[in-house]
Amino acid sequence: MELLTPSPGLIFWTSLTFIILLVILRKYAWPSILRALKVREETIYFALEDAKKAKEEAEQMEHQRKKVIDEARKERDMILKEARQMKNEIMEEARNEAREEVRRMLEKARRDIEMQRKDAMLEIRETIGNLSVEIAEKILKEELSGEEKHKKVINAYLNEMNFN
Amino acid sequence: MAQASEETKSPEEPVDAFGLIMDHISDAHQWHVVDYTNSRGHEVHINVPLPVILWHNNSLWFFSSGHFYHEQEAQQMGNDYVVLHDEKFYITGHDGVLETDTEGNIQNASPLDFSITKNVASMILSMALLLLMFLSAGKAYARHGIAPARGFRAVLEPLILFVRDDIARSQIAKDKADKFVPFLLTMFFFIWINNMIGIVPFFPGGSNLSGNISFTATLAVFSFLAINVFAVKDYWKHIFLAPGMPIPIKLLLVPLEFIGIFTKPFALMIRLFANITAGHIIILSLISIIFIIKSIYIAPVSILLSLVMFMLELLVAVLQAYIFTLLTALFIGLSTTKSEH
Repeated sequence: MELLTPSPGLIFWTSLTFIILLVILRKYAWPSILRALKVREETIYFALEDAKKAKEEAEQMEHQRKKVIDEARKERDMILKEARQMKNEIMEEARNEAREEVRRMLEKARRDIEMQRKDAMLEIRETIGNLSVEIAEKILKEELSGEEKHKKVINAYLNEMNFN
Repeated sequence: MAQASEETKSPEEPVDAFGLIMDHISDAHQWHVVDYTNSRGHEVHINVPLPVILWHNNSLWFFSSGHFYHEQEAQQMGNDYVVLHDEKFYITGHDGVLETDTEGNIQNASPLDFSITKNVASMILSMALLLLMFLSAGKAYARHGIAPARGFRAVLEPLILFVRDDIARSQIAKDKADKFVPFLLTMFFFIWINNMIGIVPFFPGGSNLSGNISFTATLAVFSFLAINVFAVKDYWKHIFLAPGMPIPIKLLLVPLEFIGIFTKPFALMIRLFANITAGHIIILSLISIIFIIKSIYIAPVSILLSLVMFMLELLVAVLQAYIFTLLTALFIGLSTTKSEH
């Protein structure tokens, strides 16, 4: 039973010791220890937070960069496509124009040829007339004997000439 | 400082294991260092005498405990005389004779004993250690700021963080927890270091301070004060009005709740006392087996078992400090939180 009987002396000394410890440690030890721990925790927390923010920013910048590049690429593709289209259009136009030109030139040439042919025909006819007259003259001059016979001959020659 | 006394060795007598154990777990007015038998066959006891402080007739009296252990006559204290019998002081006449009744109970009055006993000396040692540890740690933290702790601080820091985060902040409302952290830290380390000193088997350890009911009772009183002084109105309302209960149940509940205010710290007191004392008793009993059986062959078993117990005691030392502090924090948490009913 003695074990369970509190002794006033020990209670007094325990109280005194505990109070002394509490007062001294509370004033000189715990504040600086706890403050240091708290400051460290906060520093780590803020450092982590900053790192996270920086990372997010970097990610955003990367994202933006990608977007810009994508846009540039799209624009390039569009420009190329437009250029190709324009080229095709120009070529088509040129081709059409050329075709038209060719057609016109052919037409003109044909007309010229026709006109020249007609001219030539007229010239030929005239020349033939003249020649015929000359020939006739010559023939007449040389042999004006059998007139009838000669006329037949002339007409036969003339008929033989084809004016086509 | 140490005193040695010689006695003629008595012939073989049965070992008084109970007396031996009780001797070790009880308080004493001198600090026993070692006993041995010298070459002349004399038993030598080496003890450190401790100051005796008595309150008698409205004044303090100082003695060295050596006088009480080694001198036969009673020590004079004013007009009265005082003797030490079974670690208790009694006021006697100048002949120093104790008066007993028919059943052998001592009838003499006792002065109030404020002596620096073995337990008090051990507690002063623990206080010195704690101050040394934490004042130097505090200075180091102030000097090195937030740099990671090194050396001994690296050992203390996880424990400090453990008390702050897992005891205070996990049990007490967030805005109030930090206010109690210094108190809980002091309590945790005070109990722990005294538990540790208690299981050191040689001088200057081996006192059974944290297994002493006076020590645990005092700490329980501090817990009681911490729990109730800072309690909020809701806590008292909850105890004395038991809101939301029908009247008959209120009549039953209110006394129970009221008793609960006192049983909580009382349980703390008994738990620490019983755990530490039981540990000491088990280790001493295991060692005593060797001397009771008087066989060298039992020694390895005994020593192995007490080694296992010793390891367990190391765990119990920190565990009991943890439980005491945790429950104090838990009760503080209950008393400082506004209830939801």
